Parts: sequence; structure tokens; C-alpha cells
Amino acid sequence: MTARERVAGNVANYVDERTGAAAWIKKNLNKVFPDHWSFMLGEIALYSFIILLLSGTFLTFWFDPSMKEVTYEGSYLPLKDVEMSAAYASTLHISFDVRGGLLMRQIHHWAALIFMAAIVVHLLRVFFTGAFRKPREFNWLLGIGLLTLGIVEGFLGYSLPDDLLSGTGIRIAEAIIQALPVVGSYLSFFAFGGAFPGEVFIPRIYTVHILLLPGIFLALITVHLMLVWYQKHTQYPGPGRTEKNVVGYPLMPVYMAKAGGFFFIVFGVTAFLGAVASINPIWLYGPYTPGQISAGSQPDWYMGWLDGLVRMAPPLETHAFGHTISWNILIPGLIIPGILFTGMALYPFIESWITGDKREHHLLDRPRNVPNRTALGAMSLTFMIVSLINGGNDIIATHFDLTINQIMWFTRFGLIILPPLAFVITKRICLSLQRADRELVLHGRETGRLVMLPHGEFVEVHEPLSAEKKWTLTQHEQPAAIELVQTDKGGVLNPKGIRAKLQARFSAANAEVVAKPTPDEVKQLEGGHH
Amino acid sequence: MKKLSSLRKHKFALPVLILVALSSLGFTFSAATAAPAKSQLAASAKSTLIAEGKELFLKGCSSCHGLNAEGGSIAPSLIGVGAASVDFQVGTGRMPMADMSQQAMRKKPLYTEEQTAALAAYVASLAPGPASLTNEEIEWERDGNTAEGGELFRNNCAMCHNFAGQGGALTQGKYAPTIMGVEPKHIYEAMITGPQSMPVFSDKTITVEEKLSIIKWIKAAEAEPNLGGASLGRVGPVTEGLLVWTFGLGLLIGIAVWLASKAR
Amino acid sequence: MANDLTPLSDPGLPKHVHRKADHDPKAEKRAEQQVAILFALSAVGTILFIYSYIFIKTDLFVFLPLLGNTNAHQLGLGMGLTIALLGIGFGAVHWAKTLMSDTEVIAERHEFRSSDEDRSEFVKTVKERSAEAGLGRRSLIKRTLGISVGLVGLSPILLLRDLGPLPKKQLEETSWRTGTRLVTDPGDRPIKASDLEVGAVAQVLPELRMGQKRTLEDIGKDAVLLIRLRPEEFQLDAERKSWTHEGIIAFSKICSHMGCAVALYEQQTKHLLCPCHQSTFDVTRAAKVIFGPAARPLPQLAITVDAQGYLIAQQPFNESVGPSYWERSS
Repeated sequence: MTARERVAGNVANYVDERTGAAAWIKKNLNKVFPDHWSFMLGEIALYSFIILLLSGTFLTFWFDPSMKEVTYEGSYLPLKDVEMSAAYASTLHISFDVRGGLLMRQIHHWAALIFMAAIVVHLLRVFFTGAFRKPREFNWLLGIGLLTLGIVEGFLGYSLPDDLLSGTGIRIAEAIIQALPVVGSYLSFFAFGGAFPGEVFIPRIYTVHILLLPGIFLALITVHLMLVWYQKHTQYPGPGRTEKNVVGYPLMPVYMAKAGGFFFIVFGVTAFLGAVASINPIWLYGPYTPGQISAGSQPDWYMGWLDGLVRMAPPLETHAFGHTISWNILIPGLIIPGILFTGMALYPFIESWITGDKREHHLLDRPRNVPNRTALGAMSLTFMIVSLINGGNDIIATHFDLTINQIMWFTRFGLIILPPLAFVITKRICLSLQRADRELVLHGRETGRLVMLPHGEFVEVHEPLSAEKKWTLTQHEQPAAIELVQTDKGGVLNPKGIRAKLQARFSAANAEVVAKPTPDEVKQLEGGHH
Repeated sequence: MKKLSSLRKHKFALPVLILVALSSLGFTFSAATAAPAKSQLAASAKSTLIAEGKELFLKGCSSCHGLNAEGGSIAPSLIGVGAASVDFQVGTGRMPMADMSQQAMRKKPLYTEEQTAALAAYVASLAPGPASLTNEEIEWERDGNTAEGGELFRNNCAMCHNFAGQGGALTQGKYAPTIMGVEPKHIYEAMITGPQSMPVFSDKTITVEEKLSIIKWIKAAEAEPNLGGASLGRVGPVTEGLLVWTFGLGLLIGIAVWLASKAR
Repeated sequence: MANDLTPLSDPGLPKHVHRKADHDPKAEKRAEQQVAILFALSAVGTILFIYSYIFIKTDLFVFLPLLGNTNAHQLGLGMGLTIALLGIGFGAVHWAKTLMSDTEVIAERHEFRSSDEDRSEFVKTVKERSAEAGLGRRSLIKRTLGISVGLVGLSPILLLRDLGPLPKKQLEETSWRTGTRLVTDPGDRPIKASDLEVGAVAQVLPELRMGQKRTLEDIGKDAVLLIRLRPEEFQLDAERKSWTHEGIIAFSKICSHMGCAVALYEQQTKHLLCPCHQSTFDVTRAAKVIFGPAARPLPQLAITVDAQGYLIAQQPFNESVGPSYWERSS
């Protein structure tokens, strides 16, 4: 036994005698993780979060979350002797008078943008592959919660430096609060400690940004990961992969090395962005005052779709009985996002109601095999993208020789027309892909090689698929429509009439698929008939 | 709280107009003492300049602006717009317009400096208006204050020209152009004449000294190196978001694909 | 439910294909070297970081393609950190991919549903215990507990009350009074009508009274934009026309939609544009909304001149400035 082995043994012994952890650790070192690039998307989000904690902690050492007026005396000359809030001045101090401060600020901000982007693509992966199905509905809900909190957390961070751009963002947030019926102006005065902008808002959101929300994040992420661990990861279908097993690499050492290495890679890419690309150059924006504004004032991208919706809202306000309701703010700012996020959260339950499927699922769907879900995803995504485009309409207008009015009208109509169109097109694409799969299984791969048959006919040689490939393309089950039971056993009209009809209608739409080849069909064609 | 009514430094508050007046006075004085004939010469030189300008005007501008600069259906009257306006419009290449697009664009000037001066002299001779300036007359480096200029810029210019002078969108395809790389005299002339969509900024509401400060800030912004790396156009979060989704996430997903692929 | 056609048969896990490094010692050695080089590169990155921190001056700039004239100190730190991190990351992953076992292993899953026995046992236990505690019978206790727990939640909500004062009249009032002079922002100089040419704009605020300080809250309500047109260009009713002075018209600069500063004035079209959400207002028609999400015109400030000829407010704003709120009456 070498010295190193002896030390390791002693440490293990010491820990185990006090915790009895050996059995648990032994079991979990063999924990199996399937390997696929799309399973790393959530990890990008997780690692960005760690980067945010590290870089954020660094920034707190100098940041002064105060709206007290100070006169800037730091080394950035174009703002010398300008009166500004201590928050803005200390952000300038971090940027120009702390070595590596600007790098850390930029890493923090880039990591926030990557964090949100990674959450979104992770969510899309989970949605399109049906990974949210039983038993993973809790984790889907946790994910939606994390996404929502991420948007809030990001917006608060963007607001902290108290520059002209972020102050404008707060102004708009204040207008949304103020627009709430009955309680709006009260809530606004409570939040801002009086009239906007006041002197307390930034210290307050600072506490929320660095303590409350990160704490909730940590708790939710921990549960999110524990559930992944406990329920074991889903896997893509393929030969040897079933609902009853999980195929992959053990935690120790392969997964540890890959996941650990990937953390450094995500950090490295974020550091690279922080090193070479400027982000949120607050020194150019200037300090906030409500009387000033810059052309092209935008929020960060994860709020851009909301801003786009607000921009395209119709000018509607109700004035009645001495009260005002601002539909032009409430609909795009609260009602539509509310519907979207609630719908997203409820989707797993809605789908299982439509399909009537209450079984556990650990094998992922290929998106083409569930055309309705895939089309719905494409539809929602289109909605978001159209809104996002309008959120940057002024920048798009100046850079592509368009007018803001054109883009606004395009997105106003596009928001209604394009998502359903995306649904129809995506569903068609899914069905054609299914048909292509069927052809592939039955007739094999086109090789592009032409052969002349003895009687002079030219045919293209088709190379038959491997058994593995055939299995991958046909292993899924195809949904069947739920039969509508009009009457119960006694011949009485079904009491759940409308709900059942609705369910039958949806499940019929869900069952529109291209029949996959049966074993008989495959057998018949085997032997290479053209 | 913010106190915007900061006291101005009056040390360098000599308005440029006074400077101009003084220097021209000096010129007249020296001309008068040297030889009385010279002023006559100057006067005749001026009238030749106007004549030359008129000729250029009739050839290049009158088809739109009218034979007597009285304006037409597609172009405004130039009577009373002053030499400053001509110097700005022609000197930045905006006039003559290449085509009837939404608004005149900055491009390579068609006329030489002398020709521009002649045109300006002709238009100025029609009716009094703001006089044109030379870059040397605008002592922004000496009389401006960068930080104050920044305040004024954010209050009066940033809403159209963006926080860093990169320009921005207006309604119906019009836009506020970037003001990076614009000559100081042209910035100044734009402020006093209000070309196209731009309003006029009177010397009484934004003093001459304040205008010089604005120019000084613009020049500082122009010369400012990229302190945090590639500037991404200095247009705010849109390009940042674009970079994250294309380069940032693209690269990370690419690496994830490599990571999850089997080694050979 | 699902028309589960008998599928083709599952051929099982494909045969494991060995990597080069598994059977070729040369390839193995090469992979090992590559990993080592990546780790060494990381160390070089850290050295670059330390070097940049200590030796590169913070005001040194270098010109690079794509980046432009960029700060060498910041770039050196960033690139050092990048190399240090990526070296470790790529090294670890490359190690895992080429040298660690790449044989896939299979673990069994188990259904999450507990056994029927456990489940009925669980239900039984809960029932028994709650019966022991008398939860079913003691309805008085249950009800009072329910009420008190519900009430206890009120205390923390009530505690938030002192976060701020009640709005009272603050959203309706600005600092503009009858006779308040309009002064330039910044500069605080009073303005005469003749100071503005036709086509000119000016950003103005109410003049400060002696000893008064202007706060951001004031600016957020008081900021006004002055615009001078030719009087004949207005299409205003008699009252609104009387609020202008020699073609000078004054509007609140705080957008009636969400409170951004509206000051993008297009001299030719006489339109005001808000850069936040692109509401467009027609100045000649008392800032009527002609495009975008704003539902109300910008409030107009009635102006005139005092004895010395300086512009003053005829009266306070006759409506609340800024975004709408529930108590707003029109």
C-alpha cells in the first residue's frame, strides 16, 4: 500500500465512522449519467449561476447601494465633478479604479445573459423531448419558477448601477406597478418610499438582488438537482435503452471529469467575453435623471420580449367613475406574460389529460414523433421572437433601413398571424419527417449509386439500415385517439360531456401521425427490393 | 439630491461671437491702417464671391430651390437660412441630395470648400441669417468643459443621437444620424440652424459656451478608446443579446457537442 | 389507449468500439501529452493574469482588429483568466474522453410508486395518528387554529406598511404654480420669448424659489419641453391656443404612457417621439397621440410672459403628468 492510499484510507475511515457515508457514496459514485450534448444545457445555466455568485460577491466589496448624491472624483474624466448617486459613482469606481473590476463587472453581466439564455434553451430541450412527463412534473414547475425568478433577478441587477439606461428601466417598472388597479399608486409609493425615484429603491432591491433571490435560487436549484439525481436522468431512445434502465457513464470518474471540466469551460468562455466585448458601458450612459433619455433605450434580451409587447400594445385606457385602467400597460405587461407562464407551468398536466397517459416516462421523445407538442412549442417560440424583434425595432430600423412604424405594424399583425402559421408548418414538417423515417426503415438509405439492371433499367442502390438504426426510428409508440364515450353503462348521457368532448377532440388531433412500419412490412421488404 | 443649477465657470465664458467680432474688428483695423484701398478690394472680392455663388446656385441648386432660392414644391426656401445652413448642408455633402429619399444623408461633399463658401455667401446675401464658421473659430478645446458638455448632451441630444452619439431612429424611417467624425463647425452649425428633422438650439437657451462644451464631449466620446473591449456599436443591450445568443451560446453548445461525442 | 403495434425487436446495446488510445500505446501517450499540454497552458494563463495585474499599466491601450483601441490591462487580465480556465476545462474533458473508460454502463430504474403494502400502511398510520390527536373531533380547536394561523400572516404584511408614505395628492401636483418662471435645464436661466427662434426647442424646469433644492422627484414631474412653431401652424381650440405664447407651446416631458422623457422633436413633421415605446405625439394638435401605445396626449402647460418679458406658467398643469394610475380621473 502506498502512502497516498494509506492517507486516503484513513480519511475515508474517519468520515465514515462519523457519518456512515461509505455505503451511500459507494452507490452514488456508480450513478449513471447518459451522455448527450443537449443534457449539458442545464449545466451551462448551473455553472453560470456559480460564476454569478463568485463575480457578484467580488462586486459587492466595492459597490455602494446608495442613492445619496455625491460628486464624482474618480479617474473617468468625462464625468469629473458630475453629481450622481453613490451607486453610480461606486460602479464607475469598480470599473476604472479597481484593477480587474471592469473585467469582473463584464463577466457578471455576460454570465447573467448566458444564464438566462441557457435556461431558455434547456427549457426548450425539456419541452420538445417530453422530459417534463411523469414523474418529472415537479421539476418542470421548479424550472418555470427559476426562469421567472431569473428574469426578476436579472432586471434588478441591471437596475442597480443607477445609470441613465437602468433608471429608465426602473421608471417603466414603476409605471407597471402604478398601473395596477386599486392598489397601484400605493404599492408604488411603498416600493419607492414615496414619489419616484426617491432615495430608497436601490438599497432595497440590492438586498433582494444579493440576498433574498440568490437564497431562493440556491434552494430551488438544490431541489431541482436532487430530483434529477434521485429520479435518474432521462435518455434518448436507442438500442438497449429502455424505460427500465439508464445507459451512460458512471459519476466517478468520467462524468465528474466532464462536468467539472465543463464548468471551467463555461467560466472560460464567459471570461473571454468579459475580456474582449464591452457590456453595459454605464460610463457612457451617464447618471440617471428622470428628465433625460437616450435613443434606443432597451432592456436586456430576456426582458426585450416584454418591452416589445408593450411597444406594440394598442393605445387603450378606460376612464370611468373617476378611475383609470391602463390596458395598454396591463395587457402586455402583466396579462399576456401571466397567461404565457401559467400555460407553460400547466402544460405537463394538460398534455397528460389529453393523451390520458399516466405512466412514467424515462425515454425521451424525438420531437417529430409528437407533432402537436412540437408545433405548439414552435408556435410559442414564434410569439416570443416576434415580440423580441419589436423590442429592438429602433435598432433594427436604423441598421436595416426600415422604419419603426413598419416593424411595429409587421409585429402587431405578425404576433397574431405568425404563431398559428408556425404551428401548421411545424406540424407538417414533423409529419413529413415521420414519413421520411418510415421510408428509411422500409427502403433503406439512398446511396446515390446507380446500377443498370440486366434488362436495362437504372435503379438507385438503397443501403439497408442497421438493426440499431431501424430500432431507433421505430421504438416509439404512436398515440391513439381517446374514444368519446357518449353514454355511461346505463345509457345515460355522459355527465362530463363538454370536457370529454374537448379531450376527445384534442387527443384526435394528437393522434394524427404517419403510421410507423410494422414488423411485417419490414420483413416483406427485406432482401433489398430496390 | 441632484442640483442641476450648478454655477458655471465664467473664466472662459467669452462667447465665440465676441471673439469673431473682435478678430474681424482687428482685421478691419489692420486693413484700414495698412492701406485704405484694401477694404475696397475686400468688398469687391466679396461681390465676386457672391456672383460666383449665384452662378453655382443656378447650375446646381435652382432646379429644386427655385431661381431666386424662393423654394419649390420639393425643396424649402433658402431666403434667410444664412451661411451656416449652407455650410452645413453642402459641407457635409447632404446637399445636393442624390435622390429624393426620406432624408438627406451625409456623404462626400460635391463642392470644394471655396465653392461652398461662395454658395454660402450668395445665400447669406439674400437675407440675414446665422453666419457660417470655420473650425478655427470654434475654440471648443479651450472653452468647452467635457463633463458639462456630457450633461447638456444627455439632456438635449442623446434622446435622438443616442447616449454615445451613434444616432437613432425617428418616425417613418427618418433617423438622427451618428455624429461621430463630424467636423466641429458642422456640429455647431447644426445646433444653430436645425437642419431637417433637428430642432434649433438657440444661443439663449444653450449658450455659445455650452455648445462648445457639447462639442468637446462629442469629441471626447469619439476619441474614447474601447475601455471594455469591442464596443458592439455602442447601441445598448440589443447587440449584447445578439452576441450572447450567437457567439456565447453557440460556442458553448458547440463545445457541449464535442464533449458528449465519443473519442475515436 | 396507445395503438402499440408490436415493434421491431430491440437489438440491444451496440458492440463497444475501442478507441485508438485503448489499443495503441502511441495514441495513448499522445492523448496523455495533449492533456498535459492543456493543463500547462492553464498555468501560462495564470502567469499572464498575474503579469497583467502587476505590470501592465491601466492606461495602456493597444489597437486590435475587431476590438479597436482597447485597454491592454483589462484585456491581459481577461485573456489570462480565459486561458487559465479553458486550459483546465478542455484538459479535464479531453482526459475523460480519451483516457478514462468509455464503456457505457447500464443501471436499472425502479418505479417510484411505493408498494401497495407501504401505501396502505402509510394511509393507515396517518389515519390512526390523526385520530389519536383528535383532529377529526375537536372542531373548535381546528377552527380557532385555522383563524389564528391565517391572521398571523397579516402581521408581516402589515409591517411592510411603513415602506413608504401614502400617495395623497403627490401624483397630481407638480412644482408649477401660476407665475412660475420657466428656466433652462441645465443652467437655470429664465427665458424670453424672443430667445427661441421658430423651430427651436428648449428643455425647461420651474424656477427654484429661494433656498429650494431641486430633487430628482421634482424633475420626474416638472420637466417641460418648449417648442416654438409659427402660430398659424397650430390646430388648437381657443383655450389651448391661449395656453401658447407667440407660437411657443409647452408640454410635460414625462410620457403619458410609462414616464420616459419624451423629447425627440422632429422639426419638419412637428412630431414628438418617445424613444422607449415609440408613442408619437402631434405638437400642432396639442400632442395628440398619432402612433404607439400611449393613450393620452402629453399634458400641456399654459404659458405667458411676465412684466419683464420672461416666460411664466399661466397656471399649474390642469391634469396629472406622467403615467396613468387608478385614482386618475381622466
